[in-house]
Amino acid sequence: MKRPLAPTRDHVVVRWTLTAIALGFVGLFLVLPLAVVFHDALGDGLDAALAAIREPEALAAVRLTIIAAAIAVPLNAVFGIAASWAIAKFDFRGKGFLVTLIDLPFSVSPVVSGLIYVLVFGLQGWLGPWLADHDVRIIFALPGIVLATVFVTFPFVARELIPLMTDQGRDEEEAAVSLGAGGWATFRRVTLPNIKWGLLYGVLLCNARAMGEFGAVSVVSGHIRGLTETMPLHIEALYNDYQYSAAFAVASLLALLALVTLVLKSLLEWRFADEISAAHHH
Amino acid sequence: MTDIAATLPARRWRNPSALPGFGLSLGFTLFYLTAIVLVPLAALVIRPLEIGWSGFAGILSDARVLHALKLSFGGSLVAALINGVFGLIVAWVLVRYRFPGRRIVDAVVDLPFALPTAVAGIALSALYAPRGWLGAPLMEMGIRVAYTPFGVILALTFIGLPFVVRTLQPVMLELGRDSEEAAATLGATRFQILRRVVLPSLTPALLTGTAMAFARAVGEYGSVIFIAGNLPGISEIAPLLIVIKLNENNYAAAAAIGVIMLAASFVLLLGLNLLQAWSARR
Repeated sequence: MKRPLAPTRDHVVVRWTLTAIALGFVGLFLVLPLAVVFHDALGDGLDAALAAIREPEALAAVRLTIIAAAIAVPLNAVFGIAASWAIAKFDFRGKGFLVTLIDLPFSVSPVVSGLIYVLVFGLQGWLGPWLADHDVRIIFALPGIVLATVFVTFPFVARELIPLMTDQGRDEEEAAVSLGAGGWATFRRVTLPNIKWGLLYGVLLCNARAMGEFGAVSVVSGHIRGLTETMPLHIEALYNDYQYSAAFAVASLLALLALVTLVLKSLLEWRFADEISAAHHH
Repeated sequence: MTDIAATLPARRWRNPSALPGFGLSLGFTLFYLTAIVLVPLAALVIRPLEIGWSGFAGILSDARVLHALKLSFGGSLVAALINGVFGLIVAWVLVRYRFPGRRIVDAVVDLPFALPTAVAGIALSALYAPRGWLGAPLMEMGIRVAYTPFGVILALTFIGLPFVVRTLQPVMLELGRDSEEAAATLGATRFQILRRVVLPSLTPALLTGTAMAFARAVGEYGSVIFIAGNLPGISEIAPLLIVIKLNENNYAAAAAIGVIMLAASFVLLLGLNLLQAWSARR
């Protein structure tokens, strides 16, 4: 007698078909574009690629990208800690609404994220005339680039820490305070060690987005070569100049950053599964 | 005996807590949120009021604007549906099957989150250009991807996949096999189990993930503009039109299109919240 198929398992043909479809889709849509970046970066040889990265304008773009991220990421990390402390450790009305507002920047188009700052600080913006009179430049300068970067990476740390700290509750902090520890000591000695991997996870994603942001920064940058071009903007300029190999050489730096981010992120998910937000366990 | 409830103060907006730092953390959170997110967004919403309803309607009834909006929303819908189907398969394969390299594939799914959109944009463009690795064979088959709406859909599919997979995975893990085994002991076939037991449990997450992919795609800019070719009335997306209007110093038109996109993301966000509330009740 033929053994009946176990109805709780997919038939082997189904398993192989679905696996092939899934791997094919991931390979075609995700892996192949990544491979193209590195392949085309070396289109004119390794020396040409390295030379493109060492161009003064490319180096200026790398520097600006690092500066913008170095300001935006710590700001959003501090905000994320403050917001999750208020939301996870206290009960107050309107909490759900506040969390929705914090998530808001994720649902705004990158271009719109840049546009809103142009409407406030641009020449025809709310504060534009006043800023021009006082010789303060925000749009087409570093402050605008930082603001746009802060906006698009706004929720990363907060949305990682809020569920984590809510899950951890407030018993440990209450115990520390009842034993006489002050607020800062409680935070540093009790809360911070509990959330450090989650915080790192949030900072990692925040940084990847900050360094790679294109649309929002493009709107506020003004595209002045060597001055207000971040790496993604420099890649666009090279590409539009038909300097494909140079564009892909600079792009490969950002692709490497993405790969490092993915590796670290996966390591955190495997190694510290219990110490980062439960949403990432898989 | 005194009535305890009467001795307590009337319900306040927050419950008392032993922990310090509520005022500081919430105060900073609200200040930062207002300064970075709420005030600039208000500038966007208020701007079109200056040109009045007829001016607003005039901008939006322009054939070029209408086509761009149609392409952004229509293309995003198609891309989200593609991701709904393939995301479901990828998530199922990653959760249920064991094969070598599964963890690497799992990590690669996040690539669109980590890879800067400009890098993805030039990579897809190179891949599907008429002489690219995939563009050339497709051209021989008579299919042109680059510089057509297909290219737009392709880029939007690339950036949307992780939303569906990452929303489905935790639900699939939690689902376990108990209910499937129960259905099997009652004599259900594999197909009946999938259709009547598994799929209904996954529906809310599938809808949520697809809606998130759609929301992200509507506003996407960087990964699209290179492969799209940006031909007005053919492959020009709404976020790009905002950039074009800004470069023409037409703030009002840029803001009008921006407000439409913002309104759309609000509706989507609301819909997603309702969806999550509905699935939480199930």
